[in-house]
Amino acid sequence: MRFALRRLGFFLLTLWAALTLNFVLPRLMPGNPAIAMISKFKGGVSPQALHTLEIQFGVFTHKPLLSQYFTYLGNMATGKYGVSLSEYPATVGQIIKNAIPWTLGLVGMTTILAFVLGTGIGIVGAWRRGGTLDSIMPPVFVITSVIPYFWLGLVLILLFAVKLHALPSFGSYFFQATPGFNLTFIWDVIQHAILPAATLLITTIGTWILTMRNTMITTLAEDYVRMARAKGLPNRRIMLDYAARNAILPNLTGFAMSLGFVLGGAILTEFVFNYQGVGYWLLAAVNNEDYPLMQALFLLITVAVLVAILLSDIATAVLDPRTRDAS
Amino acid sequence: MAFLIPSTATDAATPLELAELPELDQGPGRRQSPAIRALRRMGKAIRSNRKATWGAGLLLVFFLLALFPGLIARDDPSAIVYKASLGPSLHHLLGTTGLGQDMFAQIIWGTRPVLEIAFGVGIASTVIAMLIGVAAAYLGGFWDAVLNLLTDVLLVIPLFPLLIVIAGYLHNAGTLVMILVITFTGWSYTARQLRSQALSLRKRDFLEAARVRGERPIYIIVVEIIPTMTSLIVASFLTNALYAVLFSTSLQFIGLGDPSQVSWGTMLYNAENNEAFQTGQALWIIAPGLCIVALGAAFALLNYAFDEIGNPALRPIKRGRRREQAPRRSRVRERA
Repeated sequence: MRFALRRLGFFLLTLWAALTLNFVLPRLMPGNPAIAMISKFKGGVSPQALHTLEIQFGVFTHKPLLSQYFTYLGNMATGKYGVSLSEYPATVGQIIKNAIPWTLGLVGMTTILAFVLGTGIGIVGAWRRGGTLDSIMPPVFVITSVIPYFWLGLVLILLFAVKLHALPSFGSYFFQATPGFNLTFIWDVIQHAILPAATLLITTIGTWILTMRNTMITTLAEDYVRMARAKGLPNRRIMLDYAARNAILPNLTGFAMSLGFVLGGAILTEFVFNYQGVGYWLLAAVNNEDYPLMQALFLLITVAVLVAILLSDIATAVLDPRTRDAS
Repeated sequence: MAFLIPSTATDAATPLELAELPELDQGPGRRQSPAIRALRRMGKAIRSNRKATWGAGLLLVFFLLALFPGLIARDDPSAIVYKASLGPSLHHLLGTTGLGQDMFAQIIWGTRPVLEIAFGVGIASTVIAMLIGVAAAYLGGFWDAVLNLLTDVLLVIPLFPLLIVIAGYLHNAGTLVMILVITFTGWSYTARQLRSQALSLRKRDFLEAARVRGERPIYIIVVEIIPTMTSLIVASFLTNALYAVLFSTSLQFIGLGDPSQVSWGTMLYNAENNEAFQTGQALWIIAPGLCIVALGAAFALLNYAFDEIGNPALRPIKRGRRREQAPRRSRVRERA
């Protein structure tokens, strides 16, 4: 109980830190970027919305900093994220609501797939220590894990979209298609997801494989594995129930964490493929100097990570009693 | 009977340090600091571990390119003086960009800013992490709690989105700004590692001795603790440098870097904006990307190799050793 409370306290503190960063950063930057933004959008946005922005970013206002800060915290807590400037009159909330499902679908599915495949390959690789798979794995995946997402995306576009004309490389569905729950549309969405998903899978799977392999190797040297061998248990059982089961804990915690990073984890992939998810909108907001949208998206991504960490901490504590005493 | 002689040293020293004790016998004048010993071990490792050799070799090549770009590529990388979109030829080894610059010259001259950022971030964030991590561990109590909390908070705030937000406010971040921003956001992971290492050293005799001698905390941290962590410090430098390469080129690619600077990330940004693929300019995107991968791989391979050296269980199994193990395994299999 005390453990859970402490983790909750940390959660709130970090949330507050992220909120404060959002508040402080534009005010700290040289040449106050908010002024440039407001003069850029003057005329395109209703005066009332503009006034809210001036308060939000603390320009042309005589209110003291502290009261600005509390107004800001209040607005964030009550979900008043303001209007988007580049997509006016859409509100920030509407844009985010439309973006989240795309990112969750694409990146969420890919994260799960990468975890399952990567962990499986890692288990088999470590079990057949010194085999072909085990000896090519480390160098290959050390290298795939340093490939920048965006560049791999570009190369896949070159191969499969430009050269072979096999797959679409733009957007999350064919722009003339009408969204709906029918087979043609679903097939369209799947086709559009293949290349970005492949990009994410190739660049992330290496970490799962190497962590699993390396922990598994340590576990395989344990006495209980030797004991299982001596008892004459089938290999499959030793591999899965004895070694893998004990080695999987770091990967499981990593998996819980990476679920939190789903929302912000594919920013560049979404950018390259013009896939209208959270990351795409974050970059669009940055490029259009649409700071309200940018702040809200950053906050959203941070909250997702924090919630996942909180859950993974609790899950680890439930799964592994040792951690409860340790911290 | 040598093994029966009780060694008083074992209480204080790990086996690793015991193995190096003979050096102490050569007299105080020739005694080497732990830092130099660790660096020597690493030098030996680079020669003997294949991954480390590759990593160090690649890094050396890029280092030379960054130091003497003018010797290799005589063209001015940013001068727009050629016909646009020429294919590779003897005059233009990689062809020209869609804007009419020599691409080979851009690649070669683009090495320097990336390396500057990598080394700048690597060194700066390791130094910050070292001071904060070790200070937290050594001082303990209130300061440990505060510094540790700061580290933890920064650790969980998603880095790349934060970088994008900061770079978005700043516009056109040049080398120095990149180094500052990436360092500010990225030191926490290393600080965490260094703190736990320093925690394990805290109760050791040589630190107790220094305290009894009446040394100031800052002296103990810098002169006594930090040198014993050399290998971890090198590893943290490599990790941070790798992230700096990936993050800075990513930021440049999405247009948040300095557009007038010749670097791999800006090359990719220009290529993407000029629709390099659609105009048959694949090299414009492939060449700088491969360079990023190669430089990243250099840091990653070195890091992985040092991991293997620190944890012998991870090393690749040699053919000879495998045969030795074979009988035991087959016996198990027969029973199974």
